[in-house]
Amino acid sequence: METLEILQEPKTAIKTENISGSEAVMRALIAEDVETIFGYPGGAIMPIYDALYDHHDKLEHILVRHEQGAIHAAQGFARTSGKTGVVFATSGPGATNLVTGLADAMIDSTPVVCITGQVFAHLLGTDAFQETDVINITTPVTKWNYQVTDATEISSALAKAFYIASSGRPGPVLIDITKNAQVQKFDFNGYQKCDHIRSYRPKPIVRKQYVEEAAKLINEAKKPFVIFGQGVILGEAEKEFKQFIEKAGIPSAWTILGLSALPTNHPLNVGMLGMHGNYGPNVLTNECDVLIAIGMRFDDRVTGRLDKYAKQAKIIHLDIDPAEIDKNVQTTIPVWGDCKETLPLLTALVEKKEHTEWLQRFKDYTKEETDIVIEKEMHPSVDEMSMAEVLDTLNELTKGDAVIVTDVGQHQMVACRYAKFNQTRSSVTSGGLGTMGFALPAAIGAKYGAPEREVIAIIGDGGFQMTIQELGTIMQFGAAVKIIILNNNFLGMVRQWQELFNSKRYSFVDIQSPDFVTIAKGYGIEGKTVNDRKNLKAALKEMLNHKSSYLLEVMVGKENNVFPMVPQGCSVAEIRLK
Amino acid sequence: MTEVKNNRQVTHSPSGVGGKQEFTITVYTENQIGLLNRIAIIFTRRKINIDSLNTSPTEVESVHRFTIVINETEDVVRKLCRQIEKQVEVLKAYYNTNEELVWQEMALYKVPTDVIAEKVKVERLLHEKGARVVVLRKDFTVFETSGQREEINALTKALEPYGLIEFVRTARIAIIKDSKGFHEKLKEFEESQPPEELVENEFLNKQDEVFSM
Repeated sequence: METLEILQEPKTAIKTENISGSEAVMRALIAEDVETIFGYPGGAIMPIYDALYDHHDKLEHILVRHEQGAIHAAQGFARTSGKTGVVFATSGPGATNLVTGLADAMIDSTPVVCITGQVFAHLLGTDAFQETDVINITTPVTKWNYQVTDATEISSALAKAFYIASSGRPGPVLIDITKNAQVQKFDFNGYQKCDHIRSYRPKPIVRKQYVEEAAKLINEAKKPFVIFGQGVILGEAEKEFKQFIEKAGIPSAWTILGLSALPTNHPLNVGMLGMHGNYGPNVLTNECDVLIAIGMRFDDRVTGRLDKYAKQAKIIHLDIDPAEIDKNVQTTIPVWGDCKETLPLLTALVEKKEHTEWLQRFKDYTKEETDIVIEKEMHPSVDEMSMAEVLDTLNELTKGDAVIVTDVGQHQMVACRYAKFNQTRSSVTSGGLGTMGFALPAAIGAKYGAPEREVIAIIGDGGFQMTIQELGTIMQFGAAVKIIILNNNFLGMVRQWQELFNSKRYSFVDIQSPDFVTIAKGYGIEGKTVNDRKNLKAALKEMLNHKSSYLLEVMVGKENNVFPMVPQGCSVAEIRLK
Repeated sequence: MTEVKNNRQVTHSPSGVGGKQEFTITVYTENQIGLLNRIAIIFTRRKINIDSLNTSPTEVESVHRFTIVINETEDVVRKLCRQIEKQVEVLKAYYNTNEELVWQEMALYKVPTDVIAEKVKVERLLHEKGARVVVLRKDFTVFETSGQREEINALTKALEPYGLIEFVRTARIAIIKDSKGFHEKLKEFEESQPPEELVENEFLNKQDEVFSM
């Protein structure tokens, strides 16, 4: 009798229902705990939007003003929440407008699932209205993509999509669903999440032997140096990371995407790496004896000239992606694996140490940088305001609790250099791809990802105009994003390069801007312009105290440069302070 | 020098580090639409020319095999293999030098039948090269031969003076001498938690190099 009951149970549990492919998409999203979708409707995705109409109590849809805005918002959402961002777009132009965001999410390892509509399967290849070969266009910029032409495939394709996007080294996935599959009715047997694909190993098995070898090297090191990236955040290994560096007493510097994984005021946080990073971390990269790279990928903006990068050091590389090992920098000991698993193993084996003298070296460089660069940036002797003093005042008011979303260019480098952070997942920026126009939509998404937190977008006058239309999204859905435009009336980063390397031949970097405050007003967003430093603090306070979204334009020095700087083609040790 | 451990071939280039040479990349994959493009763009993105590419089924049902020949340095080939293996639907990618492989290409030759009939020399030539008649018609004859690139090139050159009408050659297919096939390997992939000793790590084969400092 018992056997009979057991046999009956699954029968009642798996109830077959006749539903449409579009309804199956909704069931998948609900099963994957999706609550927010960023999207834009169109002809080929109409059945999915029709199904969404019945589920908007569970699935909140944010109508953006351009599909690029949708995917950047989904990225911002993923970065602050740690969940997978979801995007809807239609076929043809809807899908091609996602490409920049896909490339951005690919290079910055951001979990995003994009669902695009596609023309009817029988029209594929006929140059039908709004038909584009989306799968082939997006292949180089997706971790995985798949075209569904039959409704029965929808559940398994989406289950794979969510699994692939969020596991291992995360990345963007695109599922293209033809219109016939969206409307097709089929017998739905429930949604099963995916947790294994035989050809896909998200996490390499940890080899204890390498951990032991790494610990040995670290214990023998006189001048060990940790450089860390977003891997620490993606692996949710902030605590494990802190325990490791604290026990081993190792000074640690971050890549732009690793920012906020370690609190700014942590005694072992020695600053930022790379082209506009801090003085000490760059110079001492070429002096340390053991370089421990954790969840970072030796981007050229971090390493400068590779043949002069840390040649004296033995290199330990912890990464979840085997393809990153030895890609740019030859590793002495590779520690493949999720750093949440490998770091505790390493911590257990390293000796408790304090490299006081070595840490002092970093402090000495910090002092030199402060004297020559930072002090002047924070307290300029001229009337023009500097970007750094805006950040300094902002730090004072937010006390490092805000999420800072930056765009790309000078303001990004300044914001990342000077913003203070107390908690992880607080810095959102387009690091790898350097996508101007990223910040405004990403900040909207970041706010949905962390609704209880203050989200501040810091954007240049150039980048803001690239996705300015997303002010409409804020207007309609009320994301209380605070926007600071650091306006220098130039495309500042390119101008800086033209000044330094092209003998001030300013070629098309002089950019005119509209009256941003009036534009914001048109969208029902309050705003103000500040020209004078004596009004800066009050204006920032007013912005922060404002309940809804607010735009603050700060006029800053036209021809200010970001220093220090590692000129292209130079080694990190050749970093210039002026 | 070749070391084999855990069924993985690791080749140390005989010509020393840095020199370009012919490598054959063998990729085991799922049979999925779009995967050819996903693999091909790994080469094209880096402006690397694919000399020869063949896809075929394998001894394991549902598993496909790509055989790709390129002329590159070992360092580049190793990185390419890592990028290929990173693709979701790729099971495994190996690279080998020619010495580690048994490899063949096939060619078809269309020659006027009257020339063949008249010129005994041609017949002898084909016989010596092990060519086989596939089609014999009044107007033309199609021969087939298989061998390595140089052999096929030599026959093509030899046939040119005798009115070779058409010539076509396949991509390389290759068997790795030390390979034990893919049946066992696939079992590992189908386990959701593979036992540690089954998982490969090519650095294990390079311990001396990795740890000698």
